[in-house]
Amino acid sequence: MYRPPLRDIKFVLEHVVDLEALVKLPAYDHVDVGTVHGLLDEAGRFMSEVVAPTNRVGDTQGAIRNDDGTVTVPEEFAKAYQQYVAAGWNGIKSDQGYGGHGFPGVIGLAVQEMLTTANMAFSLCPMLTMSAILALTHHGTEEQKVTYLEKLISGEWTGTMVLTEPEAGSDLGALRAKATPADDGTWRVSGTKIFITWGEHDMAENIVHLVLARAPDGPPGTKGISLFIIPKFLPDADGRPGEANAVSCVSIEHKLGIHGSPTCVMAFDEAVGYLVGEVNDGMRAMFTMMNDARLHVGLEGLGITERAYQLAAAHAAQRTQGRAVGASHVTATPIIEHPDVRRMLLTMKAYSEAMRGLLYDTARAIDLSHQHPDQSTRRHFHDRASLLTPVAKAWCTDLGVEMASLGVQIHGGMGFVEETGAAQYYRDARIAPIYEGTNGIQGVDLVTRKLPLAGGEVVRSYLDELAGICTELEAAGTELASVRRGLEQGVDQLRTATDWLLSRTDPNDALAAATPYLRLFGTVAGGCYLARQARAAVDGAGDDDFLAAKVATTRFYVDQLLPQAFGLVPAATADASALFAVTTEMLGV
Amino acid sequence: MKIAVCVKQIPDPATPYSLDPATHFVVRPHDQVLDDTDRYGIEVGLQMAAAAGDDATVTVFSMGPSGSMQGIRQALSMGADGAVVVDDPALRGAEALLTARILAAAIARHGFDVVVTGTESTDGYSGVVPQQIAELLGVPALTFARKVEKTADGVRIERQTATGYDVVEAALPVVLSVTAGSVEPRYPSFKGIMAAKSKPVETLTASDLGVEVATAQAIQGVEPVPARQAGEVIEDDGEAHLRIIALLEQRKVV
Ligand SMILES: Cc1cc2nc3c(=O)[nH]c(=O)nc-3n(C[C@H](O)[C@H](O)[C@H](O)COP(=O)(O)OP(=O)(O)OC[C@H]3O[C@@H](n4cnc5c(N)ncnc54)[C@H](O)[C@@H]3O)c2cc1C
Repeated sequence: MYRPPLRDIKFVLEHVVDLEALVKLPAYDHVDVGTVHGLLDEAGRFMSEVVAPTNRVGDTQGAIRNDDGTVTVPEEFAKAYQQYVAAGWNGIKSDQGYGGHGFPGVIGLAVQEMLTTANMAFSLCPMLTMSAILALTHHGTEEQKVTYLEKLISGEWTGTMVLTEPEAGSDLGALRAKATPADDGTWRVSGTKIFITWGEHDMAENIVHLVLARAPDGPPGTKGISLFIIPKFLPDADGRPGEANAVSCVSIEHKLGIHGSPTCVMAFDEAVGYLVGEVNDGMRAMFTMMNDARLHVGLEGLGITERAYQLAAAHAAQRTQGRAVGASHVTATPIIEHPDVRRMLLTMKAYSEAMRGLLYDTARAIDLSHQHPDQSTRRHFHDRASLLTPVAKAWCTDLGVEMASLGVQIHGGMGFVEETGAAQYYRDARIAPIYEGTNGIQGVDLVTRKLPLAGGEVVRSYLDELAGICTELEAAGTELASVRRGLEQGVDQLRTATDWLLSRTDPNDALAAATPYLRLFGTVAGGCYLARQARAAVDGAGDDDFLAAKVATTRFYVDQLLPQAFGLVPAATADASALFAVTTEMLGV
Repeated sequence: MKIAVCVKQIPDPATPYSLDPATHFVVRPHDQVLDDTDRYGIEVGLQMAAAAGDDATVTVFSMGPSGSMQGIRQALSMGADGAVVVDDPALRGAEALLTARILAAAIARHGFDVVVTGTESTDGYSGVVPQQIAELLGVPALTFARKVEKTADGVRIERQTATGYDVVEAALPVVLSVTAGSVEPRYPSFKGIMAAKSKPVETLTASDLGVEVATAQAIQGVEPVPARQAGEVIEDDGEAHLRIIALLEQRKVV
């Protein structure tokens, strides 16, 4: 069972996102907070009643490739997907001109959170469709928009991102798929792509592949890559799926997790493609897709944590074992009363709420970067979103794995047994730090591209804002005094590490520090988002369990979890020499 | 065709109920949700309206504190055309018959061909309001429908019984109570939720309906369900089966 955390979502929307102010932007004239709440309630009911029950069968039955190259997903998936499309959830944040609803992206994110938590493997299909929608919205021609956007926004057709090749994973510059222009202005694309999520399936009548390939005579590396639309079925004169394109699913992978999501090897053999944007400018459009997808993959870390937490908490309340200190000798104690189990549960809860703050604030920055009337404000939030995206992706997905592991631990031996479902979350969680740019690559992106933005001003203005959150805690009096002290220390440590990184001249030093730095960044930022909520909660905490828990959870996070990240400072401010002091030969290879 | 569907807003079943210690009435928070069993009635109403054609309307009727109207909005977002809510402090704690008199009066005032209800509410469980409404409106009650079919001039249902079902039919107008499982209720669509905002909701009091608030029922006391007693453990010394048979005989099970 999945209970959508609607109160927490609404609380974050109120106190972190300031939804009230966001919907006052002219672009959101048709949106008000009351309507958003009604929508979230219904979306939550839909995800928990329709989507969540399909999670298990997706794991046990999985996606199956048939001999004719078609892929069959569990019929429960197909039915839930039809209902999802019929209800119109796919189009929340999309362009109203093409059948979307034009809501803020952060509301789309809230709905996507519940979808992802309900069934991560399933949610990847709409998530990739959403990325395709964005790429075409920003880079497609009018004709391409008319042909594809409406179908993708409704969800009748689904989208994919087709980048990876055997020799081109983290390094897309190495990709080799070939595109040659045809006489009629279309292109012919050939090559083999691997690991293509939802590359083939039977839930929708057409699949729109967005494929990276090389046009003739382009420069080597990423500067010679172009983006193509390659539909599974070529749209006919009426825009209906017509003739089959030369695209096929050669095989699907057997994986550790997300069994319900087909991961396909795709062969393109002179497939008909339509160029998106300019020749050799494919990476720009692809980044539009990837940034959105990275935020949504970050959401998977939260989703897994939330679901694993709910399952573990229910188990801990019901499983009796041993006797808690002071408990009666007649009955055994539910394990939730043991301090160590409590610690695990509270750790999961605290990190999930901190992640929600970071993810939603990133989505807010994206909304403001598009919709704020003032250009310099748009620019400011564009940079802010660029800074936070790699942190949101990597910090949340690393935590997702760790928190799912705690979820298994709380179950004891039954956690290792598939029956309880705790193991599935752990297995499913493991992909999120890998795809959409490994977390290592996110760290590299953060230290080499994002920190230097505007000469370091982008990260500094963010750090100042975090420091401001600490100062505001004074208003809450003694209640949050320890939170304030702890966070101030945290922001100081993050500033020290940031300054160190910005002053490096040997790029290898920053690359060496990237991952511990990113973790420190996420942990401090997450604490500040919690603190903002705690400040809003402190007044009503006397007679409202939710608010009381918010304050106590924030204290736990800042007093006990945040200081663990301080231990990363030495690694986040050490040059690369220690890593190479042990040579490749000494590593035994 | 005018279709009336009776629905109730109830406290969210996911959160624990509490009773007001002075009156013994259920404490009703500002945000109440649509009783889940009412979704079946709404779905039946919507399907009948769709079959009847364009000028058929579905109106939901509800008695109780309107609060945030969240539950009513849920009904409208499924596709009902409008709502009539009777919200009157004098009706607080109204028993089944008073509830039926209010709903029947509101429905009669609006006009109806079919009244659709659930079988009983999830927070009250009296299970008699549908039959009482039928009696007050002077029309047949087709109750516990697990399947509903339109006939030339009326409705035919499969009436769930303990052992199977009866086929019952009547000409319109009728009151129809439907069981959970009779149909698969639709989920509100994004468009439906947005449209619900601008649908008409009329709020009335008992006196608007000319119903005199009088009740012949009072709650004398409320007691918690007694805690379950520990069972008797019979150690097997080789003769335990005899002792168990004796116990079963004593309880007249064998
Ligand atoms: C289930 C699944 C679904 C996927 N879905 C899609 C999809 O839909 N579309 C698509 O195009 N791709 C998809 N992928 C591919 C995925 O994005 C890649 O696997 C990922 O980008 C890593 O590439 P790689 O596997 O080649 O690993 P490698 O690039 O070989 O990386 C191996 C290790 O080296 C590190 N590393 C590599 N380069 C550097 C560097 N420069 N600096 C520091 N560290 C580095 C990495 O962090 C990693 O730890 C999917 C993969 C999986 C497993």
